Amino acid sequence: MNTTPTAHTVKSFDEDLRQLRLLIGEMGGLAKDQVDRSVAAIVARDAEAAQAVVQSDPRIDKLEAEVEQLAIATIARRAPLADDLREVIAALKISAVIERIGDYAKNNAKRVNSIAQDSPIRPMVIVPEMARIVSQMVDDALDSYARRDPELARDVWKRDNSVDEYYNSLFRALLTFMMENPHHITPSTHMLFIAKNLERIGDHATNIAEVVYYTATGEHLTDRQKADETVYTVSEDVEGEQER
Amino acid sequence: MMATMTANAEAAVTSPPKMTARDVKVFYGDKQALNGVSIDVHTDLVTAFIGPSGCGKSTFLRCLNRMNDTIDAARIEGRIELEGHDIYAPDMDVVQLRARVGMVFQKPNPFPKSIYENVAYGPRIHGLASTKAELDTIVEQSLVRASLWSEVKDRLQDSGTALSGGQQQRLCIARAIAVDPEVILMDEPCSALDPIATAKIEELIDDLRGRYAIVIVTHNMQQAARVSQRTAFFHLGTLVEYGDTAEIFTNPREQRTKDYITGRFG
Repeated sequence: MNTTPTAHTVKSFDEDLRQLRLLIGEMGGLAKDQVDRSVAAIVARDAEAAQAVVQSDPRIDKLEAEVEQLAIATIARRAPLADDLREVIAALKISAVIERIGDYAKNNAKRVNSIAQDSPIRPMVIVPEMARIVSQMVDDALDSYARRDPELARDVWKRDNSVDEYYNSLFRALLTFMMENPHHITPSTHMLFIAKNLERIGDHATNIAEVVYYTATGEHLTDRQKADETVYTVSEDVEGEQER
Repeated sequence: MMATMTANAEAAVTSPPKMTARDVKVFYGDKQALNGVSIDVHTDLVTAFIGPSGCGKSTFLRCLNRMNDTIDAARIEGRIELEGHDIYAPDMDVVQLRARVGMVFQKPNPFPKSIYENVAYGPRIHGLASTKAELDTIVEQSLVRASLWSEVKDRLQDSGTALSGGQQQRLCIARAIAVDPEVILMDEPCSALDPIATAKIEELIDDLRGRYAIVIVTHNMQQAARVSQRTAFFHLGTLVEYGDTAEIFTNPREQRTKDYITGRFG
């Protein structure tokens, strides 16, 4: 299943598809890098490094526009069907998801300035560990795309629950922490947003995995379980408020 | 060999099949052109036959109204039924059969007669009208159903061959409809037409669905995807895959189908 398809009679069609994959690969690499650098900046409370992350984001947006153009041109020129159609639609969807991952990384980076002004807070120690898992999910999701590997995609998809659990435990920790002392509210809120953003990045890695799985097999991954619906619901309101 | 069927290929059909083919084999002399094709054709569905040239799709289509009878070297095995009656049975009237199972060809082939006569010819020889008024009604109705009436109603006595290619093809469809068939077979009906004329024929196929069982052979993948609800893929005389059109074009089960529709063959 995870093999490269045989060549088309029309060679330039293969070139279009190859180009789409290259662009997605480049985008994905950048986005993953943004995630890692934003977390490093948070941990190090390094406002300068955070600023660099914010400034890199337009590169991802530009690549997304390129993917969109090429995908639309390919659909118009080649009228792709079956695997090819799934491939082009996957490129469109994945590029949009990667762009969102970049946005969450940027949003996290933007919070460094404010965090750096308060003293460090205890629950913060969970963040790097959560970020490590999320970053690995993004990496593997992109890998599964590059290798057309539905099994790795399924594996990423399964991991999303553990990210949700991290988020939920951090959520509870921060609640208690805020109740202890109102001065903790500002840094804790930032931390909560950061964790929520990481959790969303994990969701997006899962989305990529779903698209990869469908593209490779023609079947949908189903029966996804959420770990803790209550906490998830409470935090759900926050999601729409995120800036892009 | 059994063709692969997608899971819902048979489930969604409500009416009994109009035509059924079972293990149909065709030989041209020593050469076997068709290796046992089994398929059902339904009135409420348009069925598309696709496949590379020489794959047997046209051969099979021509079996459905015994057009292969005219080829001396052709020999047919298996069973094809129209409403449960074996169309190759000795008591089957072939002329009657071809009225019930009409055909539209790749190149529009109107008779070198007036538009009116082109459509009136069939009903007249089959005795479907006893008065001039009845015949007029049939001609008008057929031209309306073929979406040609508004374009020709003021010049019914002009020659059919003077029409544009697309109009000629719709005239041929009107001619097929005029004898009130149950099945219409179309062998690449749009391959000689421009995109606008093609769109009109496709629109017409949509309109006619439900009234007639329609089978269309096409080399245009997008056309098959647009006009049909069932698609059958033929290759080297074998029905490789038959199923729901949406499924075949987004997620075919068979590698050969996939390679063909994505342009990876040969």
